[in-house]
Amino acid sequence: MSVNWSKYSAPQAFYPLAGRLIPWFAVVAVALMGVGLYMGFFVAPTDFQQGESYRIIFVHVPAAWMSMFLYVVMAVWAGIGLGLNARLSFMMAQAIAPTGAMFTFLALLTGAMWGKPTWGAWWVWDARLTSELILLFQYAGVMLLRTSIDDLRRADRSSAVFALVGVVNVPIIYYSVQWWNTLHQGASVSMSTGSKMAATMLMAMLIMTIAFWLYSIAVILARVRCIVVERDSLPVWDERSAVSQEVVEVR
Amino acid sequence: MQWGSASEFFAMGGYGLYVWTSFIATALCMGWEVLALWRRRAAARAEQRAGLLGDTDETTA
Repeated sequence: MSVNWSKYSAPQAFYPLAGRLIPWFAVVAVALMGVGLYMGFFVAPTDFQQGESYRIIFVHVPAAWMSMFLYVVMAVWAGIGLGLNARLSFMMAQAIAPTGAMFTFLALLTGAMWGKPTWGAWWVWDARLTSELILLFQYAGVMLLRTSIDDLRRADRSSAVFALVGVVNVPIIYYSVQWWNTLHQGASVSMSTGSKMAATMLMAMLIMTIAFWLYSIAVILARVRCIVVERDSLPVWDERSAVSQEVVEVR
Repeated sequence: MQWGSASEFFAMGGYGLYVWTSFIATALCMGWEVLALWRRRAAARAEQRAGLLGDTDETTA
C-alpha cells in the first residue's frame, strides 16, 4: 500500500487529517498518564537515598526530555521551511514553540522543587540548570521574533533561523552533566550503560514520557489547525464549507 | 504499596509540598494549554465565520 505523504504538506489536506488524529493521541495520552501516575505513586518503591521526593522525577524527567526533543523537532521544521519554503513547515515550527516553552518552564520549576529538599537550594548556577534556562529564553526568542515582525514571511524566516542556530544548545544541555562537574546528577538512564533505577521506577518514568510525547503531538496538531485558520490558508473546502453551512443555517 | 493511610500518602514522607507542587503545577499548565487552545480555535472559527458572512453580504448586495 502506498500513501502519497507529500500531499499532506498542503494545509488543506493536512487540516482534516490532523483533526482526525488529535482525539486518538489525546485519549492514549490521558490513559498513559493515568497508568504512569498509578505506577509512579503506588507501584514504584521509595528511593533509599532520596525518600519520597524522588517521585518528582515522574514529571521532571519527561518534561525535561520533551523540552529538548521539541526544540530539535521545531528546528527541523524550521530548517525544512527555510529549505523548501514550505508554509506548513513554518506553521509546525510556530505551533511547537509554546508547548516546548511550557515543558522547559515545568522542567525548571519541578527541578527547583526537587533541588530544595535534595541540595538545599531552589536554584544553582550549574551547567545543566543554566543551559536549560537558556533554552527557555530561546523558546521565548523564537516566539517574540515572530510576533515582533509584521511581514509574515519575514517573521517565519527570521524565527526559523533563530531556532536553527539555537539548536547547538540542546547537546550542551544533554551532555552538560558529563562535560562539567555539575551539581545536577548524571543521567540515570543512559543509552550506553542502561538504567541505574529500579525497574518499576524506570517503567513509570518511561510511560509518563510517552504520555507527555502523545500529549505534545495532540496539542501541537490542535495549534497548527488554529494557525492554518488564522492565516487563512484554507481554500474553499471542508472546514470553510462547514462554516458557510452554519452561516446558511443561521440565516 | 508503601502507603499505610491517605494522610501518609499526601505527606509524601515529609516532601508533600515539593512533590504536590510539582505535579499540580504540571497539571495546571497542561490544563491551561488545552483550554487556551480551545478558546483560540473558537476565536479563529468565529472570525472566519464573520469574514464569510461579510463576503456573502457583499455578493448579495
